[in-house]
Order: sequence, then C-alpha cells, then structure tokens
Amino acid sequence: MVEEISNGDFTDLVKIIQQRYGYDFTDYAPASLKRRFTRFTGFAHISNVFELKHRLLNDAGFFQEMVQYITVNVTEMFRDPAFYKTLREQVLPRLASYPIIKIWHAGCASGEEVYSMAILLEEAGLLDRCRIYATDMNAANLRKAKKGAVALKDMKDYTCNYIQSGGVNDFSNYYTAGCDTAIIDAALRRNIIFFQHNLVTDQVFNEFQLICCRNVFIYFNRTLQERVVKLFYESLTSLGYLALGIKESLLYNDERFKFEPVNAANKIFRRKV
Amino acid sequence: MTLPLKYSILVIGGSAGSMSVLVELLNQLPSPFPIPVVIILHRLKNVESELDKLLSIRQPIAEPEDKEPLLQGNIYLAPQNYHLLIEEDGSFSLDYAEPVNFSRPAIDLTFSSAASVFGARSLGILLSGANKDGAAGLCRIIRAGGKGIAQRPDTAGFSIMPQAAIDLCRGVQPMTIKGMIDFLRNISIENKS
Ligand SMILES: C[S@@+](CC[C@H](N)C(=O)[O-])C[C@H]1O[C@@H](n2cnc3c(N)ncnc32)[C@H](O)[C@@H]1O
Repeated sequence: MVEEISNGDFTDLVKIIQQRYGYDFTDYAPASLKRRFTRFTGFAHISNVFELKHRLLNDAGFFQEMVQYITVNVTEMFRDPAFYKTLREQVLPRLASYPIIKIWHAGCASGEEVYSMAILLEEAGLLDRCRIYATDMNAANLRKAKKGAVALKDMKDYTCNYIQSGGVNDFSNYYTAGCDTAIIDAALRRNIIFFQHNLVTDQVFNEFQLICCRNVFIYFNRTLQERVVKLFYESLTSLGYLALGIKESLLYNDERFKFEPVNAANKIFRRKV
Repeated sequence: MTLPLKYSILVIGGSAGSMSVLVELLNQLPSPFPIPVVIILHRLKNVESELDKLLSIRQPIAEPEDKEPLLQGNIYLAPQNYHLLIEEDGSFSLDYAEPVNFSRPAIDLTFSSAASVFGARSLGILLSGANKDGAAGLCRIIRAGGKGIAQRPDTAGFSIMPQAAIDLCRGVQPMTIKGMIDFLRNISIENKS
C-alpha cells in the first residue's frame, strides 16, 4: 500500500485517468480523493505510485475496478431522519399539486435513499404519479441498486430511522428478508429507473420538481459544486426543490442567489421563479 | 511585535471517558485561542445530539459545514456520521466514507489530514478512550514534525486509546490534564509576547 501520494503524483494520476478513460476528477475535493487512491493501492496490493501509474496506463480492466472503488459508495436508508420528516411535512404536500411528479436522485449510490423516498411517496399516496430518475456515475452501484437488495443487518437501524422520520407503518412490510439481504418490495420500485449519469460530463436530461443530491457535493471542490448547481438550476421547474446533504451548503456558491431556503437546517432549497 | 506562531492548528480526539476532560480543557483554554481548534469525538449517529451546545462553554462551538474555512479563534466539533478532513486551502471537507476503526468520525483521519496540511505546525492531543483510533494519526503528526500529546493513561477513564499512541511511536508526550492546560496556556502567551 502507498502511504501518501504527493501533490505532483496526484495531479499525474488524475490526468492519466482523464486522458485515458474520460473520467474527470480534476475538480474533486483533493483530501478525500487522495485517500481513496491510497486506500485503493492497499486493496489492489500496489506498493508504489509508479506501479499504479503503469497499471492505469496499460490495463483498462484495472481502471474499471479502480473507478468503482474510489467513489465513496456508502449510503443508508432514512439517513438524517429529520430531513425525511421535513420532506413529508413541507415538500410532499406541495408536490401533490402536480399531475406528474418528476424526481431526480443524483448520486444515488446503491439506492437506499431512493427506496426511502419511494416509501414516503407511497405513504403520501403519490407514488403512482411519480417518475423517479436515479442516477450515479458508478455502474457497479447501479447494478446493485436495480436488485433492490439491502443488507439485512442494517435493517434494525433503518427501522429506527424510519420511525424517527415520522413513519407509522410496520417497516418490515416494505421488504422481504432473506438470509443476509432484504429485498425491497418490487411494488415500491415500480416507478424508479436507474441509469448512469456523470454530473461532471453529462447534461440536463429532463425537468424535475425535486432534485435530491445528498452527500455528493462533499466530494467536489467549489468550482465543480458551482457548475453542478447550475446544471440543477436548469433541470428544475420554477419553484422546484433542491435537497442537499445535511452538512452541505450553498453558502460558498455563487449560484446561491437563484435559490431560496425552504428549510435551512435540513438543506432544502427552492429554485426562484 | 507578534512572533510567528509555532502551531497552526490544535486537533483533539477523544472517546469513552473523554467528555469530562474535554469540558475541563475547554473551561481553562485561553479564549480566544490563537489557533483553530478541531475536536473529534466518537458519537452516536442519526440521533439529535446537543453535543455542540454542551461543549459551548466559554464560546460557541460549531459543527463545520463542507467547504467552511478554518478560522483562528474558532472551535469546531466534527459532525456525527462524517469524517472530517482538512484541505490544503485551509477549508474543511466532509467525507461519508466507510468507518475507520469502527468510527465515523475517525480521529485518525482528521489527525492525518492535519499532519499532511500543517506538518510541523500541527498539535494533536489524544484523550481517554476504549479503542485505538487516533494512535496512528497522532504518530503521523509526530512524523510530520508536529507535537503529539496523549493523556497520561493512569489519569484516563479508559487508558486504551492514549496508551495505544504511546506504544505505537516514540515522541508521544504523556501529560496530565493540568499539564495539558499549562502547555496550552503557554502557547497562547507565546503568541502575545
Ligand atoms: C456517499 S454516496 C451518496 C449516496 C446517497 N445520496 C446518500 O446520501 O446516502 C456518493 C455517490 O456519488 C456518486 N458520484 C460521485 N461522483 C459523481 C459524479 N461525478 N456523477 C454522478 N455521481 C457521482 C458516487 O458514485 C456515490 O455513489
């Protein structure tokens, strides 16, 4: 494993990845990405940066493995219960006035957040009218998401989160438990489509009433955050909602004046007309 | 004339048994302290916690948001369920990556991040705790030329954490709570002279 990567090597690696494979990590926040690189060298038994560069330059399969490993793919159902409670109370009632409700989960990882949303929508009687577009740049995440499988050992935590988010149903009705995975009820997944979309390189593809992009901006530097907020602005209907992660902020973003806070603590904003 | 400061950041890590020590340190810490202070505590996730308020003893303590700049005189607390990293431009960034040493926030990650950004100008203090998180990070600080202090294990509610650091590398300086307070006061005085 490589203990620490110098700034020079880091820049080289990002360049190699961009030029060879078209994935652009230039404007990612360096502290975390550097750590992902070193962590990957541990996983792939690589002992120096030269070897890492050499493999990247010569082995496309190696890169595919690497790219799936370096994005942070962690997620939870109903993470930050207060956020979901706010969605229930302040956002969904407003969305109810649209005949068709289009929602985009950008950076959905393996889907846990999307299923949580589907549960809220079902409980609000809105799921039938919803089209949920769930995207990520990591293909392995999407393959996992399409299966609707969640680790069974986490279900206890998720049940607590669900209850704290204001859920009153029996949470176990929403999935079928196997030995070590739980499969989210197929009926809940009826209006979700998962597909690949890279926020750095891909464009606007639809118009939404709500965009959820949580815990993705933390991996971007300010320049990239700003570009992606522009993309979201253009992808929202007027007065459409944008939800970020609980510790993410528009404060350092020049686009912030185009949005107004709906619930500042839970990082829900609305596109101004 | 103010001399250039020896340290640019103080990072404090703690787990089981560290709350009362931390409260005492914050009570006695010269206020405002001349460099930013970043506290990493092991804590529960997905529960509303008032920890930031509890620790706001002589001045308000805030959980930083992503990209927030570290400011001199401020005291920060790592938010629950994220790792807290420092970027070279002197701002925070948060990370939702896998727990490290079963912990998120992991003390090791913030300490290592401070060491790589501030090098010899980092100062780390590791308090009481029942696991080994923080030891490797404190050693990173020392290897970068900074200073690493561990609570003297016989004064800690749980000695595993400070002891792990002392065992892991040379140069970790064990101190009593009073020792730490004196040390921190001196830093503040050096700054004023
Ligand atoms: C920490 S997960 C967040 C998952 C979920 N939104 C949550 O908050 O629980 C970050 C996700 O962002 C994705 N991601 C990173 N860079 C991206 C990009 N440029 N475009 C699309 N997705 C990206 C990663 O693949 C990963 O699945």
